[in-house]
Amino acid sequence: MSTATIAGTAVERNDEGFFVDPNQWTRDIAVEIAAEDGITTMTDQHWQVIDFMRKEYFEKGTGPTVRVLGKTSGVSVKDLYLLFPKGPAKMAAHIAGIPKPRGCI
Amino acid sequence: MTKRIVILGGGTGGTLVANRLHRHYHKAHGDVSITVIDQDNHHVYQPGLLFVPFGLADEREIVRSRKAQLHKDVEFIESGIERVDSGRDVVVLADGRELGYDLLVIATGSHLALDETEGLAGAGWNEKVFTFYDLPGATALAAALADFEGGRLVVNVVDMPIKCPVAPLEFCFLADWYFTDRGIRDKVEITYATPLDGAFTKPVASATLASLLDEKGIHLVTEFNTGEVDGIGGKLVGYDGREMPFDLAVVVPLHSGGDYVGRSEGLGDDLNFVPTNKSTLQTLAKGNIFAIGDATNVPASKAGSVTHFEGEVLVENIVRFLEGRDLSSTFDGHANCFIETGFGKALLIDFNYETEPLPGHYPSRVGMPLLKESRMNHLGKLMFQWFYWHALLQGRDVPGIGTDMPEHGKQHTSTTPNRAPEEASA
Repeated sequence: MSTATIAGTAVERNDEGFFVDPNQWTRDIAVEIAAEDGITTMTDQHWQVIDFMRKEYFEKGTGPTVRVLGKTSGVSVKDLYLLFPKGPAKMAAHIAGIPKPRGCI
Repeated sequence: MTKRIVILGGGTGGTLVANRLHRHYHKAHGDVSITVIDQDNHHVYQPGLLFVPFGLADEREIVRSRKAQLHKDVEFIESGIERVDSGRDVVVLADGRELGYDLLVIATGSHLALDETEGLAGAGWNEKVFTFYDLPGATALAAALADFEGGRLVVNVVDMPIKCPVAPLEFCFLADWYFTDRGIRDKVEITYATPLDGAFTKPVASATLASLLDEKGIHLVTEFNTGEVDGIGGKLVGYDGREMPFDLAVVVPLHSGGDYVGRSEGLGDDLNFVPTNKSTLQTLAKGNIFAIGDATNVPASKAGSVTHFEGEVLVENIVRFLEGRDLSSTFDGHANCFIETGFGKALLIDFNYETEPLPGHYPSRVGMPLLKESRMNHLGKLMFQWFYWHALLQGRDVPGIGTDMPEHGKQHTSTTPNRAPEEASA
């Protein structure tokens, strides 16, 4: 676990870079993390997915899997991979400031 | 007035809860009626399915009558379920009959959603593409494995959550043993393709299992999300475009809850699992509806051991609810499972919501070795079937195996965080 200052805010992240406390997240932070991950411009579609991830997390306690994202986020799986090439569920969770989705156990 | 308890599903959870409730109210001279509804009268010992493809178990050994597992004073109705009308506290059966309840228990488990994966149930299904997650599939696979003379065997998990998340790994280990035994191991390439970023969900166990795969020469492919199964072309295609060729594919399909859950307003989520309080097992749909086992969305393994441990808490809370008392919030997510590793050995893991599987011994410092291969664990796994039919389903307590996860005998190390921080609490 380590503390980093992102977009002027101190945030705690685990060894893999996922937020420990999703409430520390802001949209400015998301833009900076996205840049770290190689996404230079956050489009409306990116935000649609990020907002959906956070909504799911706060409702269900875990981020959705790729399949659930494709079915329910309003963005197709194909487009999800174009938006988040390194794997939509994990990458979007990273940017959305929520823990890594594990599909429960 | 007689309180009516209706239990949907006569599998592990439904049966053990019915029998435990019966025992409680019989002793307490309580005035309740208990009814179990299931669409058929075949109770499958699901852990046995793993052994069927290798000719180590068959239908006669692992299937019994559901009704025969229930106490004779528990009513059994063999019928499909159309839907639950929680507004009127009524279950509508497939033929339109209605059954009122004071308290409802959802115990209908999870089902294989083949249609959710393109091509899975298409050409090649049960010829080159199989599952061992149901009896017809496991039986068909046994014939295919017996005829298999070499080539690429791919074992693939489509998506989490699945029943018994270690079973696909066990399948790989047993396949390694099976082909070695047949003298053709060098002609078979075994690959395990998982959507997870490791062999298993929990870090310490994941590392142990990954090194076991490596020792046995089984290839591990991670973060593979199956988008399509091409049975004719013999390849799995990932959403990210990766292709995985196979001569024989063993696929664990996406799981979902019962179809009737989807037809019942306000009861389930988008995969028909039932949102349930992870400590009390009361559903979020309505106070008088509880749920147990694979049918819920609680962040625990979908496994018989979890269902077993949930049973005690659930019965306590049903009794409290019907007496108008506060519920007890005590279920800790306790799970344990034997992991068959082939060649007459097995591992044992034990964990809960907060503590990941760790090395040590179970249930205390003297006991079965945890997270380590041993013959004793293999015998434990074989003996478990007797225990399942004769003690677990009957709702009997077993000395030394309690509902709460035991801490004695576990080795916490500084490099293994007790709490897995990425595990969100629901």
